[in-house]
Formats: sequence, C-alpha cells, structure tokens
Amino acid sequence: MKVTYNEKDKLLKIEITEEIDHHSSEKIRTRADFEIQKYIPKKLVMDFENVNFMDSAGIGMILGRYKMITMFGGTMGMINVHSSVKKVFEMSGITKIIPIIEEIGGTEIGKCV
Amino acid sequence: MENVYENKMKLEFLSKSSNEAFARITVASFASQLDPNIEEISDIKTAVSEAVTNSIIHGYEDKIGIIKVECTLFANSIEIQISDNGKGIENIEKAKEPLYTTKPELERSGMGFTIMENFMDELKIESVVGIGTKITMKKVINN
Repeated sequence: MKVTYNEKDKLLKIEITEEIDHHSSEKIRTRADFEIQKYIPKKLVMDFENVNFMDSAGIGMILGRYKMITMFGGTMGMINVHSSVKKVFEMSGITKIIPIIEEIGGTEIGKCV
Repeated sequence: MENVYENKMKLEFLSKSSNEAFARITVASFASQLDPNIEEISDIKTAVSEAVTNSIIHGYEDKIGIIKVECTLFANSIEIQISDNGKGIENIEKAKEPLYTTKPELERSGMGFTIMENFMDELKIESVVGIGTKITMKKVINN
C-alpha cells in the first residue's frame, strides 16, 4: 500500500497494491484506518491502479472506510478502477454513494457526501 | 448437462484464508484449457473466491476444516463444485438475498451469492445444517 497526503488540499490518497479478498482486506482496513485517523482528511481517494482482482470483501472494506471518512466530515472517491473490479462495485450499487472519479482534483469527489 | 467430459481435477485444502487466492488461481489456471477470455476468467476467479470464503467464514467459522474443490471441463463449459463439512446454511433463500449477511461485524457485504449467481451461468446450493454445504456452479465458455 502506498499512502500520500496533500496538506494543502487535505487530500489522502491510498493506493492499494494487492488483490483484495477476505484474506487481504483485514490488513488493508487496519492500515487505511490508521492513516485516516492520523490525517483526518477532507478528501479520501482510493487508487485501484494496481488491483487486478477484487471480490465482495472489497465492497465491505470500502464501505467501512466510507463510514469512517464521513464520520469525520470528509468525502471519498475511487480512481483507476479496472473493468473486473468495476463489475463487482457496480453489482453492489456502491458507486452511487462512492463515485469512481476520472482525475484527482476534479470536482466529482467534492459533490459526494 | 453434457455427459461426456474432457477433463477433471480435484483439490483439497484447509479452510485458511490464505488459501482463497490459491483456490481461485488454481481453478482459473485449469479453466484456461477452454481458452476463455479475460472477463470469463475473472468471473470464475471471483465466484470461486466467494464460495471458498463462505466455507471459511460461515461453514467452519473459527475452526479449521477441509474444503474440497472439484472441476469438470466439458467442450464449452466448466462445472465447479465447492464443498465443506461445516455448519450448513439454515435458510438458503435468505442467504441468497443481496446485502443479507449474518456477519456484518466482519464488514461482510452480503453480496457473495449474488455475485456467484450473476457471474456464473448456473448456481446450485445444497446444504444440511450440521453436515455441510455444496455449491455447484457452471460457466459457459464461448471459445
């Protein structure tokens, strides 16, 4: 996992760099929660560029982080989502509340709370 | 269902979460003999991952048991059977409902059976409480 924080925009980017399943999601969740609580960002972007597989464990994991970031008054988006991962997200309807954005710094993420 | 099969394989492994990736990658590798496209392979991996995870989390819960995976290749389809000797499913119809989960505390989404049903062409769930669960899925490969 690669984590970058932009102080000016209060934007936390978490880049997941492994397959997401029940086995890996607990580790990802623990680390992501640690980073969110450390920075309390206004915007959280989950980057899926290096995620080539995800099952339904990813839905629960992403929803859990969404609940945490909204509790702190922040917004959340997902970026660089490959088609196979997108298929899982779309089946769950999760993209209606956590949008897949085209670029960081775009306006889409600001619209969603 | 066709009677003449082309190939068969059988796996047995412990219900440890580290075997989720092992199971889906092995089944996908076996299925590649049918020359599936990337989307079909991805659908199979996801469905296998869901079924194996269910056996680990729900079937065996905190115990360690054996999960069996049997695959049969036909001319243009693959049949995958995933079974455990776990606690079984009390209400299969309820378990199949989207977003229904008995383990929300584990951040489970309740989408497992919905994904298996949608990503595969056939899904059969057989379960006896106290005896175990057997999932049979079939995917047509349009090679």
